[in-house]
Amino acid sequence: MSKSERPNQLFRNLNAKVASIPMVLTAVVIFVGGSAWTVLYSFTNSKLLPRLNFVGLDQYYRLWSTPRWLVSIENLLVYGVLSLVFSLVIGFILAALLDQKIRFEDTFRTIFLYPFALSFIVTGLVWQWLLNPEFGIQGVVRGLGWESFNFDPLYNSDIVIYGILIAALWQGTGLIMCLMLAGLRGIDEDIWKAARVDGIPTLKTYLFIIIPMMRPVFITALVIIAAGIVKVYDLVVAQTSGGPGIASEVPAKYVYDYMFFAQNLGQGFAASTMMLLSVVVVIVPWAYLEFGGKKRG
Amino acid sequence: MADLAVSLPAGKGSIGLEASGPRGPKPRHVFSRRNIFLYGTLIVVALYYLLPLYVMVVTSLKGMPEIRLGNIFSPPLEITFDPWVKAWSSACTGLNCDGLSRGFWNSVRITVPSVVLSIAIASVNGYALANWRFKGADTFFVILIVGAFIPYQVMIYPIVIILREIGLYGSLSGLVIVHSIFGMPILTLLFRNYFTSMPEELFRAARVDGAGFWGIYFRIMLPMSLPIFVVAIILQVTGIWNDFLFGVVYTRPDTYPMTVQLNNIVNSVQGVKEYNVNMAATILTGLVPLVVYFVSGKLFVRGIAAGAVKG
Repeated sequence: MSKSERPNQLFRNLNAKVASIPMVLTAVVIFVGGSAWTVLYSFTNSKLLPRLNFVGLDQYYRLWSTPRWLVSIENLLVYGVLSLVFSLVIGFILAALLDQKIRFEDTFRTIFLYPFALSFIVTGLVWQWLLNPEFGIQGVVRGLGWESFNFDPLYNSDIVIYGILIAALWQGTGLIMCLMLAGLRGIDEDIWKAARVDGIPTLKTYLFIIIPMMRPVFITALVIIAAGIVKVYDLVVAQTSGGPGIASEVPAKYVYDYMFFAQNLGQGFAASTMMLLSVVVVIVPWAYLEFGGKKRG
Repeated sequence: MADLAVSLPAGKGSIGLEASGPRGPKPRHVFSRRNIFLYGTLIVVALYYLLPLYVMVVTSLKGMPEIRLGNIFSPPLEITFDPWVKAWSSACTGLNCDGLSRGFWNSVRITVPSVVLSIAIASVNGYALANWRFKGADTFFVILIVGAFIPYQVMIYPIVIILREIGLYGSLSGLVIVHSIFGMPILTLLFRNYFTSMPEELFRAARVDGAGFWGIYFRIMLPMSLPIFVVAIILQVTGIWNDFLFGVVYTRPDTYPMTVQLNNIVNSVQGVKEYNVNMAATILTGLVPLVVYFVSGKLFVRGIAAGAVKG
């Protein structure tokens, strides 16, 4: 270990700078450079190898006229809105239930959170098995005598995205519940006392007092869920591989397939740039709300 | 505080029931309407969460004939461990028939160096940012944190090119580098915040005693921040073990991590589907993070609360 007596200004800076090289490289080369590179090449007609033959917005025109991309976007919207709403609602309700000074709170929390430790691949495969029309839930209910019972989301292109949603909620709501629980615990007990003294019903207290007070927690949860939604990939690959047909395709899979299978890099770059754009649309307002002058709650 | 603890549940608990006025503490019955509603809901939800795990275990212990005849929820009539043995040592992916064990060891060889490297880089980095701030450091830090929200798909291909240029594309070392890069934002944030919260006097005293950058890091910061290292290890082990995207992009079939191999085994189109083997393989893959989860308990919650920022 270099032990210098009273290191001078230059030496002190040098050590910290050396230590920060990986961070600087990652930030500049990978995050800024990589993103800029991808955006730049999305304006070219690169096929198998990236080439700088600029074709303007051609890739984007083609992207938005490809049925598979449109299906991907539609799926992402349906999946996104529903998973946002359900994650927040279920997460909050579970947290509120756990916050009632119940017994075995730790046990319940452990149970609700364990799926979060599992990968999306494992989650997808388990739910693929549970939703198997022959042996899974549908098969069991039919075996009980209800012959016309239909529940095969993974094989019905109209509802396949809901099958994926079920698995995603099973995996992810535990995390939201934990965040919400931390938020509920952060609320002063006196608020509850005051609400009781004023005779406000519990439900109303939650809706009109507690939830507004938990705004920062909700915003954090919102950002986490939203960032996860855009990235959804493994779950779809494991559960349906995008099928039946192209019914459960998502943008992240579109990007991967065009880059590494279809050997149409330009399309992949254009699609990933659209993903970047959608994140920017979510993140910038959040960063503005969160850090734009106001102190973090 | 004591009277609060007694009086609160009565008032707070009546979700959907009538408002309880200020009537003083209610006598608490074990089988009050509130308790039945509360615990009933929690138990039903808990069963829903446990169901997939139960079905996985049960299915993996049955023989194929029993699976075809019975229903997935019934416990096995005849317990067999053959599916587990087959999943581990002879399940096929494409032409390879050496089971998940190869993927397991690949994952170990990916996870261990990735965890060590990413934590080493990020902790020193966070330490530099907390105690040895230099001009411009915060700018890079902000870029790093904002960069954590960029979809990986945007950066995948440039990294492929970089790895190909330095000859690491397709190797385990390449994947280790990728994991270290993408683990950096959240880990740096974690360590920076932790080191910033440590008393400034400690750092100053060490400086006065003549300790330098590395001296303070190894003799003071490192020994005093073991809990945060444990949180970081939990976060990274589960995150890297569960990764699929980077594994599938940056490795070759013989270096595939466990998740990728699992997906290939279960979703392969050739051959008869052996659901019991598939479920055994699925449990085997989920076992490492599950063990980490159940052993680490509260620390895991801290880890994900920190890691949640990663999105």
